[in-house]
Amino acid sequence: MPARTTIVAFLLLGLAFVVPVAAIDDTEKELDRYRQMLKADPWSNPGLLEADRGEALWKQVRGPKGASLEGCDLGKGPGKVEGAFAELPRYFKDADRVLDLESRLVWCMETLQGFARAEIVKRPYSKANQTGTELEALATYVALKSNGAKFAPHLEHAKEKEALAVGEGLFFRRQGPLDFACSTCHGDTGKRIRLQALPYLSKPEEARAVVGEWPAYRVSQGTVMTTQHRIADCYWQMRLPLVDYGSDVTIALTMYLVHQAEGGDITAPSIKR
Amino acid sequence: MNRPLLLVGATAAIAVAVYLLFPRAQGGNSVDAAVKASWTTADPEWLARLEQDETQKVCSRYRNTPPKAVADAILARERASIVYPADGNVMGDWKKGQVLAQSGYGGRFTDIPPRAENGGNCYACHQLDTTELSFGTLGPSLLAYGKDRKFAAAEAKAVYERIYNPQATIACANMPRLGASKFLTVEQIKDLVAFVMSPESPVNQ
Repeated sequence: MPARTTIVAFLLLGLAFVVPVAAIDDTEKELDRYRQMLKADPWSNPGLLEADRGEALWKQVRGPKGASLEGCDLGKGPGKVEGAFAELPRYFKDADRVLDLESRLVWCMETLQGFARAEIVKRPYSKANQTGTELEALATYVALKSNGAKFAPHLEHAKEKEALAVGEGLFFRRQGPLDFACSTCHGDTGKRIRLQALPYLSKPEEARAVVGEWPAYRVSQGTVMTTQHRIADCYWQMRLPLVDYGSDVTIALTMYLVHQAEGGDITAPSIKR
Repeated sequence: MNRPLLLVGATAAIAVAVYLLFPRAQGGNSVDAAVKASWTTADPEWLARLEQDETQKVCSRYRNTPPKAVADAILARERASIVYPADGNVMGDWKKGQVLAQSGYGGRFTDIPPRAENGGNCYACHQLDTTELSFGTLGPSLLAYGKDRKFAAAEAKAVYERIYNPQATIACANMPRLGASKFLTVEQIKDLVAFVMSPESPVNQ
């Protein structure tokens, strides 16, 4: 992938030049410049390679039941992918549970294709510089099909309301050896960890700017990262054990974030540090 | 004549009391239930990290702005946790403190078994030495902290307390209780106090 290598080399060159001089916000400015370049040439986004893989996986007949995912109902009817991500997480009657994109994909792989759940979630996240996992590729594909749409989350079913309330409670829940809650770092405007800017995620205008960026291509990792992975990473930094993939906690937090970001543009897969 | 009015008044008073007693507490039980259901692979020692102590519980419930009575209880409880150095000297080696302030190592499941001592990670949130430009802003700048306080011994003791357990001074402070949680040792905290309070430290140049 010479194009991708060139982009990364160019960015690193930019960072190498900027960091020692170290005007504080220059790293972020340089990333912004990189994002602008990608906007000018959207096809240079390496995240799109994962979306392509995801589309192929979506259509491929696979699993013990020999089915494709084209019969998967992401909330707007079987096989309807366009715009589905914008309305997730939502309550699914067949599962009797609120599911986000990733847990819905697992559900479809399990029920339609006959894969064992334990096998699907055994390795949900890729490591640095690896090709994305099947779940990452599929999630990137489905999210891309809502690129340009705005978050329009549901809040009708009692379980949707409960997920939102639990997500809000979790956002402010302090725990662990360092007493951290999500709100410790994401509860105020204009704060940073080291040089990394932190969005105030309870503030709609700041949530709208970032929540729709995920799944995102992470330049430092050379791979895509999903919302589930992003939240698990926060808990890892909070010195807590590894949270289950597609757990009640990660789905409820996603519900909270998407509701804060209601009306915000979906730009996934975007480019992050 | 006044009975309906009294009834309305009493109902309103009860409603206000309930609201004050349980602000934003809705969903508290389901939050804990969700937590319980969402970490199924960790061993018991790690799962214990998800259980909240009383201070974490009330700070979560009041979103870090507890009413005065609750705040006073936190301050008293947390102050009682502070263990001072046996010889009463709170100032260690500022050079060791300088290294500790940089390190964000420790306490993650990927840090087990430990490959280094836990770091203070002070720069994640605070500005300290002018030459370190990569500092966070979640906490206040500590530039020239000791100098501005004339290197007073009482101020050094206060810094020790603020690192050991910041909630002994500010109820529901965002900063971790680094000594009380045993994330840092007494010796490490002394080194950090020296980094902030010593006249020779780059923090005070």
